Parts: sequence; C-alpha cells; structure tokens
Amino acid sequence: MKTLVWVEHDGGSVKDATLATVTAAAKLGEVHLIVAGQGVGDVAQAAAKIAGVGKVHVADDAAYANALAENVAPLIAELMGHHDAFLAPSTTTGKNIAPRVAALIDVMQISDILSVEGPDSFTRPIYAGNAIATVKTRDTKLVLTVRTTAFEKAAAEGGSGTVEAVAATGDAAKSRFVAAEKAESARPELTSAKIIVSGGRALGSEEQFHALIDPLADKLGAAVGASRAAVDAGYAPNDYQVGQTGKIVAPEVYVAVGISGAIQHLAGMKDSKVIVAINKDEDAPIFQVADIGLVGDLFTVVPELTDKV
Amino acid sequence: MKIVVPVKRVLDYNVKPRVKADGTGVDLANVKMSMNPFDEIAVEEAIRLKEKGAATEVVVVSIGEPKAADTLRTALAMGADRAVLITADQPVEPLGVAKLLAKVVEEEQPGLVILGKQAIDGDNNQTGQMLAGLLGWAQGTFASKVEIDGETANVTREVDGGLETVALTLPAIVTTDLRLNEPRYASLPNIMKAKSKPMATKTAADYGVDVAPRLTITHVAEPGKRQAGVKVGSVDELVEKLKALGVAK
Ligand SMILES: Cc1cc2nc3c(=O)[nH]c(=O)nc-3n(C[C@H](O)[C@H](O)[C@H](O)COP(=O)(O)OP(=O)(O)OC[C@H]3O[C@@H](n4cnc5c(N)ncnc54)[C@H](O)[C@@H]3O)c2cc1C
Ligand SMILES: Cc1cc2nc3c(=O)[nH]c(=O)nc-3n(C[C@H](O)[C@H](O)[C@H](O)COP(=O)(O)OP(=O)(O)OC[C@H]3O[C@@H](n4cnc5c(N)ncnc54)[C@H](O)[C@@H]3O)c2cc1C
Repeated sequence: MKTLVWVEHDGGSVKDATLATVTAAAKLGEVHLIVAGQGVGDVAQAAAKIAGVGKVHVADDAAYANALAENVAPLIAELMGHHDAFLAPSTTTGKNIAPRVAALIDVMQISDILSVEGPDSFTRPIYAGNAIATVKTRDTKLVLTVRTTAFEKAAAEGGSGTVEAVAATGDAAKSRFVAAEKAESARPELTSAKIIVSGGRALGSEEQFHALIDPLADKLGAAVGASRAAVDAGYAPNDYQVGQTGKIVAPEVYVAVGISGAIQHLAGMKDSKVIVAINKDEDAPIFQVADIGLVGDLFTVVPELTDKV
Repeated sequence: MKIVVPVKRVLDYNVKPRVKADGTGVDLANVKMSMNPFDEIAVEEAIRLKEKGAATEVVVVSIGEPKAADTLRTALAMGADRAVLITADQPVEPLGVAKLLAKVVEEEQPGLVILGKQAIDGDNNQTGQMLAGLLGWAQGTFASKVEIDGETANVTREVDGGLETVALTLPAIVTTDLRLNEPRYASLPNIMKAKSKPMATKTAADYGVDVAPRLTITHVAEPGKRQAGVKVGSVDELVEKLKALGVAK
C-alpha cells in the first residue's frame, strides 16, 4: 500500500505530530509525504530525513501558505489518484483538512486512530474515550487521522527520501487568511511535553492562575494546561485546554491542580504515565485515576511545592 | 440570508457511557438523550445572527431516528423557525449525513450552514468539513467568533497554537467551538410556541442519496482502566515521590 502523510510544520521545521503519523503509516505500507506551504524547501529537506520515508512531495505555492483547507484539499485529492491512504495527525490542521479530502474522493474517514489492526481495520475512541471501537472499512482508499499519543515517534534522522516538486492546484479563492494570534512561549509544547501542570476552575482568576501554575511549571520544566472551566472563565487561553474537545496529551507526568476530573477532561489526559492530583475535596473523581493524590488547599500547597521541588 | 443548522441527538453529556457486555456498542436504552452541546451553540449563533438582522430565517435539520424530532423541537423552542427531520433506519455516517445535508442545502439555498465541530458520541469531527468539500464552499471550523460583513464571514478559529482569523466568501460552512457563545435555555412559553412551528418529515430515500455505511464496527470494548494510586499526607511526601520519578531535583 502506498500512503501519503501530511507533514505538519511551522514553515521552518517539521512538527513532532508528523513523526507519530509516519509510524502509523509505516504499518500500512510505503510512506510518502506531502509538504505544502510557501517557502518550504527546508521543511522538505528535513522531512526527507525522517526514518523510513520514500518520496517527499513538495507543493510550494502562495495558495498553501496558511494551509487553508479549500486550497490544500484539492491538491491532496489529486495526489490520492496514485496513493492508497492519506494520513494526517489529529491536530487542528489535520482535522480541518482530512474530512474535506475524504469528501472529495468519496471515502468515509476514520478519525483519531489508536492502532492499525490490518489494512482495513483500526481502533478509535468514541464517547470521550469511554469506549474503543474496532472499525473495518469497505472503501478501497483510506483517509485517516491519527491520535499521535498512541504511536511512537519515527526517528527524525536517518532517512533518505527523495524530494519531488508537485504542481500547485491554485487558489480556490473561497477563503483568505487574515491574522493569527499565536502565543509565544518559552515552555515546551503541550502535546509533546514530558511534564504538564494543569490548572482548573479552582484557581479563581487569571492572575492567580499565572501566579500559582506558571512558577511550578517553570520549576519542573513543564508545559501548562487547563480545564475547560478555566479556559471558559478566561484564566487561560483556549490552546491550553486539555480534554475530549481540546488537546489530547500523554506526558510522563501530569499534575492536575484544582481540577475535578470530569469525563471530558479525563478523555484528554488519562493516558499520561503518572497522574498527580491536588484537590481539596478528597472525593473528587480525579483521585480515581491519580497515581499520587494530595488532599489540600492549592493556595497553600502549590507555593510550598514550587518552593521545594 | 437563510441559515441551516444541523443538530444531532446524542447521549446527554452528563451520562457516563456504558459499553454493552456483548461488545456491540454503547448502551443507549433508557438513558437521557439531548442535543449535541456543540449543536446548541450552533443554534444559538444562528438565532443571534437573526436577532442582529444578519439572517432572516433559521432552519434546523436532523438525521436519525424519529425521536430526533424532540431535539428539533428543542431547537425550535430556542428560536429556530422551521425544522426538517430526515429519518433513517440505520445509523448514517458523517459522509452520508454530509450528502443528505448537501441536498437540503440545494433545496434551501442558505447563505450559511452552522454545525457543531464534533458530536460527543461519535467524536468524528468530520461532517462540516465534508459538507464544505461536497459543496465546494469555504469552511471556518472550530469557530470562537463569527461576524457577517456583506458577502463575507469573518471567522476566528481555535487552533492548536492559539487563534486564527479567516475571511470566508459566502455561502460558507461554520463549525462551532465551545467558546462561541453560551446557549440560551428555552422558556416555557417558547416551548409551547415551538409545538406549532412547522416540521417537515422526510426519509433518506426521498433524497436519492446512497447512505449505506462504509464502516462496520466489529467490536466495542471498554478502555483499559487506571487504578487509583496512593494519597500522600504532605507536600514533603509529594516532593519525595516526584524525586523518585526523576521529576524534582
Ligand atoms: C461538550 C462538552 C465538551 C467539554 N470538553 C471539555 C474538555 O475538552 N476539557 C475539559 O477540561 N472539560 C471539558 N468539558 C467540561 C467538563 O464537563 C467540566 O465542566 C470541566 O472539566 C470542569 O473543570 P474543572 O475541573 O476545572 O472545574 P470544577 O469541576 O468546578 O472543579 C474544580 C475542582 O477544584 C477543587 N477545588 C476548589 N477549590 C480548591 C482549592 N482551594 N484547592 C484545591 N482544590 C480546590 C474542587 O474540589 C473541584 O474538584 C466539556 C463539557 C461539555 C459539555
Ligand atoms: C454499523 C454502525 C453502527 C453504529 N452504531 C452507533 C451507535 O450505536 N451509536 C452511535 O452514536 N453511533 C453509531 N454509529 C456511528 C454513527 O452512525 C455516526 O457515524 C456517527 O455517530 C456520526 O458521527 P459524528 O456525529 O461523530 O459526526 P461529527 O462529524 O462529529 O458531527 C459534527 C456535526 O455534524 C452534524 N451532524 C452529525 N450527524 C448529524 C445528524 N445525524 N443529523 C444532523 N446533524 C448531524 C452536527 O451539527 C454535529 O455537531 C454506528 C455506525 C455504524 C456504521
């Protein structure tokens, strides 16, 4: 089987989510990549070094600069004329593009795969991860999004793919990128961090969230996450949200501070290796999944902890 | 401008899903069903656009069992004007739903279709993007803000790195994220009024669309369970544990 993997990049380097997706694709067959963007020569060169990669298709054109689905989907649909499977990581970019590709080539997408059971069979979470479905498709081509925490990362070096330019399919002129408001942070990225400190509604305000969670995270070299309640209340930005409808994370250590442990939150972090919970309610559901729990008032516990680690 | 809002009837988000012992699916017998929360947000947004004068009519559509009529009544009680119920005898997958919705769009000629970004049962996050692909329309997914400006919709999207704004040429597709708005509750008088609002009933066959499933769910299992661990009595004990994990120095 010939697979085509969407390379997630920031214009300069290949994002980690790509590496896990390559691992999933390699279970199906030959791995080819598509790098779409503007001025992405370096990205393509880097992508060609990923272990196990064959051809790297590069579509370098202004129309792909911001990965608008209206422009990118026709490009991939065309490449799917000679590929059997399209795989994208379950990032917001992957989720935006893949179903549009699926519709263009009349394939029912399988979202968020956790494992490859065979050439037409996959497992995926449903109901916020409270059930795992094994699905089999009768489509002759595959469109898959990949839950990146479920697959090991392919080695970023050691491959020797060949880079090949593909003709651009043009600007669909349906949509236009206007602006991005991206948080610049020196902290590790949430989805690839080894340690995460997350804060919940109990933090009470944006000021307290930053005053308590940030120093602990910085001391541990951790990324910062949040519950939906904390994001809705404006204590933390939207891209911090961990959960069923936010980011899915699986770090070595996840520290939940003042988070109750609603199923929608657990859906995003229960595959973490070690879960630490700090909550003043000893019956909080988070303690049912926590490896290490501390019952206490976060306003005294967290500063003390930050001091001592 | 007309707005079409597809709404799905799903297991209520407060109910803990239980996997059936025979591994065929999740037990939906005698459990509370509600409108998918993202679809409530979609209905609310459409109604607000109408209240602001940017839209003239809000049409809600649901594909599913006859009981999806309840979900449509809820949307009508919130303030939608008219409903279309498309019944199907087996679950319709997102691609099939998108194909049916494309036919509804052909009939209704809306300027905007607002969907939820994902249904909390299937968690597919596909239907809106597929509909946009089938129609060749622009898509603004995971929206936290929607502004109509003449022939353009400016949509702010929640993306992995933060926020992004795109300008879409109408007609267009929008899918909702959690922070787009806070949906209203239907008042009792509006629930009564909703009973007399028009609801057309159709079947998938009426649209001449092939909605036969492409996927078979061969097995549904419970995920691996985590065991509750230990509770520590003090911050010092916690620090010791973190040191043992190599997390603290
Ligand atoms: C469609 C839908 C999607 C959703 N998606 C997500 C999602 O992706 N991610 C997500 O997180 N949620 C999601 N939710 C929301 C979820 O249901 C919960 O409402 C949310 O996770 C609760 O956040 P919380 O734990 O911070 O707040 P709460 O549930 O209010 O918990 C606060 C906790 O802090 C504790 N506490 C209070 N004061 C202190 C103190 N001084 N010291 C220590 N502990 C204290 C309390 O005991 C309590 O356990 C979703 C909901 C819906 C309907
Ligand atoms: C054999 C088989 C058995 C299945 N059994 C079950 C089962 O027991 N329980 C179950 O929940 N699913 C079952 N499914 C899956 C189900 O039929 C759908 O494929 C899936 O739930 C739809 O995906 P989604 O709602 O997650 O789509 P998403 O793409 O996540 O939905 C996004 C948005 O699209 C709109 N939308 C989606 N569906 C509809 C609809 N029907 N009407 C109106 N608007 C809609 C809404 O605005 C929604 O917010 C089964 C599928 C198969 C093939």
